[in-house]
This record gives sequence, structure tokens and C-alpha cells, in this order.
Amino acid sequence: MTERPLIAILDYGIGNLHSAQKGFEHAGADARLTADRVLIDDADGVVLPGVGAFAPCMAALARTGLDDAARQAADSGRPFMGICVGMQVLFAGSDEAPGTPGLGVFDRHVRWIPGPVKRPQMQWNVLERRTDHPMLAGLDDPVWAYFVHSLAPEIGDGTDVVATCEYGGPVVAAVARDNVWTAQFHPEKSSRVGLRILANFVAAAAAGRETR
Amino acid sequence: MRVARVIPCLDVDAGRVVKGVNFVDIRDAGDPVELAARYDAEGADELVFLDITASSDRRDTTVAMARAVADEVFIPFTIGGGIRTLDDARRLLRAGADKVSVNTAAVRRPELVREISREFGAQCCVVAIDARSASGSPSGYEVFTHGGRTRTGIDALAWATEAERLGAGEILLTSMDRDGTRNGFELNLTSKVSQALGIPVIASGGVGTLDHLVEGVVDGKADAVLAASIFHYAEHTIAEAKSRMTAAGIPVRPA
Repeated sequence: MTERPLIAILDYGIGNLHSAQKGFEHAGADARLTADRVLIDDADGVVLPGVGAFAPCMAALARTGLDDAARQAADSGRPFMGICVGMQVLFAGSDEAPGTPGLGVFDRHVRWIPGPVKRPQMQWNVLERRTDHPMLAGLDDPVWAYFVHSLAPEIGDGTDVVATCEYGGPVVAAVARDNVWTAQFHPEKSSRVGLRILANFVAAAAAGRETR
Repeated sequence: MRVARVIPCLDVDAGRVVKGVNFVDIRDAGDPVELAARYDAEGADELVFLDITASSDRRDTTVAMARAVADEVFIPFTIGGGIRTLDDARRLLRAGADKVSVNTAAVRRPELVREISREFGAQCCVVAIDARSASGSPSGYEVFTHGGRTRTGIDALAWATEAERLGAGEILLTSMDRDGTRNGFELNLTSKVSQALGIPVIASGGVGTLDHLVEGVVDGKADAVLAASIFHYAEHTIAEAKSRMTAAGIPVRPA
């Protein structure tokens, strides 16, 4: 019997992780909210959630020691997913918190969405695919996802951008490099589309376990 | 692209949905989880639960409801009504609500908005404003509290602006003149507030037809439209609402 892949959702005391855990469970995972390094090191996939603001999230990660755990998991080759502010903290820094370094997994910055559009972008929007990536496998266009954010990562040279959305201009919606997937939107709040994205991640975690 | 949201509002008393929701094949019309799942399947963009539980010692039922809905339903939902303190907000958000809306308690003590926004982020802090037309108010509208019964002397536009400054991420704006009339949104109020603010505004109060939803976005400049009875009594589906909005040129997520 194949066990459900173990997904460790990093619990560093920020926000509502309940939906993320339930979403990954619906997507077929054994999803645990945890700050336990042993469990995190043992997991088939690791998820870094985050809501609110950049600086409090970075402070909470540092306080719990999960900043190192997140960096190591991202470097481990195991599937890793950052969601919303959990995506943003993987970058070098943010306009929202000048002087607060991010985890630096991606070396560019997070910027305010330029006006005059309303901030936060609090709505469903279409993911415009930039590359073919397993994150969005099995989804028919247009793919609608739920966003709540006022900042987003720079597009950079665009090679690692999986999708953008149109909100007063192109806004980065998903970035991925190797084992690290990130979503500026909330898959755990994007209904059937979002659950499929979580299932795609769980499938990658399951496949990774087979080869380890 | 600015995409308008369609938001059914459900009244909840002691953890049960009240005011007869009337889906044809629903097993339990009072079960918030079943109704929320149904609205998700029908294409609702978000849900708002308005807690009308009279006694505060039964509020634990609302926390349990938030958890039950979050277990099963994967679209955003807001809980409002009776949230008086940061701790009330914390319990609902920890249980799985995506946003809380504060009304009377925030008028009484505006710092509550800042506290919720600081601890959980602006994205989960909705300020609900109940307004009535009042010739003495600079904007022409005055804030009322306690479900529209108590006048405050506070100008509605001024309070909305202050709420944004304090860290609100969204305004849920209800016209108490229109609420329950089915005569359509108070478009003048809605457009004044929405255009003055840099955060999204949900129009509420008065929807009786699908065209009212269109007007709320086109003329009221609202970012989202909230309605109760036209959906609950199965007069119209979410899909019908979105078709009408699409036909009027408003971008929406298809149902």
C-alpha cells in the first residue's frame, strides 16, 4: 500500500494555516502543520505559507528557527512551495520592508503593484502561462485563481516565471526553479483549480519519494 | 484586469444558517457547510457569513462553524457580526475564516481596526459600514451602528477614509435605506466611497434584480457585489448573475 506523501507545512505562528492543511489533505497528502525539524527533514514536500506583511513573517521565521529550515528544504531538492507572503520571503527583499533581507532563494526583489489600481488586488484573476510547468498541469485555460496582495516579485528576465496576471500591467503570479514552486495567489482558496495545483505538488512529492 | 466578485451573504444564528435558503436538492438548509459548498460549486467568488447570534455566550458556535466551513470549502469567506475585540477576531481567523468584518465595535474604538490589521494583515480586516442618507453629513450619508438602529453623527465617507488609514483591507458598505427594499444599491453612496478609496469596496443592500448587480459595478464603481435574498430563494443562480454581468461588459470569473 502506498502511503500518502508527507507534506510539512511550516508553522511559524503566522496566520491561518488551517485552509492550507485541509487543502493539501483534500489533494491527497498527509499534511502536517509543524515546526519540528525532524519532521520537516523527513517530509516528501515542504510548504512555506504566509499572510500579512513581509517583516513580521521574516521575524517569526527567525524567532522559530524556521528560516534556516526553509532555506535548507528549498536547497534539498525535495518539492518546496511558497504561498503568498511565503513566496515573497523567498526573494532577496521587499519594498514593504526596506532593510529586512528575505531568504534569498531568488535573488531579485518584491515590489509594490504600481498604481493607480486598487491595493490589495483582492479578486480572482486569470493565470497567463509564461512557461509550461507541472504546477498548472491538467488545467484548461483560462485558469482562474484567487489573489490577495499588494506586492509581487519582479519579473526579472522572466525565465523562471510560470504565470503572470494582468492587473494594471503584468503582475507575477507564479515563479518556479527546479524543486521550488511559488504562488502569489492562494491555491488553497482557489476552489477546484487550486486543489488541482495542490494535487500537482503532492504528485511531485510522491514522485520524489519514489526516487529517493 | 479588474474582476468583479459576486458574494452571497448568509445570516447565521448559533452556527446555523437562517432566513430560508431554498436550493431544490439541499439536505439541510441550515447547514452552513453544505450551503457554502453549494455556493462554491455554483461559482460564488467569496462568501460572507453575518452572525446574528444574540447572546455572546453562544458565539463559540460561530467559531466551530468557521472551522467546519474551512475544512470543506476552498473559497474565501468572511465572518462578521458581534466581533468586539482583537481576541474575537483571532479566534475566528485561527479557526479558518479568511477575513473578519468589524462594524459597531470599530466605530466605538477605531484602534480595533489597526490592531487586527497589524496582527493579521490588512487583507483579513474588513470594515463594515452601515450608512443612511443624512442631509447634515458632508457626504450626504451618516454611519449607523447596532444593525442600523443607532445614529452616530459620523460621516460615512469620512469613516471609510479613516478605516483605510487605520489598516482596513476592504470596506463592506451597506445602505440601510436600501437594505431589504429590493430597489437596488444606493449608487451615489457606493460610487462616492469606492472612488475616494484605494482599497476594494463591496456594495451591499437593496439587490432585487440581476441588473442591480450590474449597476453596482458600472455606476456604483464597486469592486464586489453582495446579495442575499435573490440567491437564497433560488430566484437567480450565481451563473445567471455572472452571465448578466458579462453581457454588460463586466469582467467576472465564469460560474
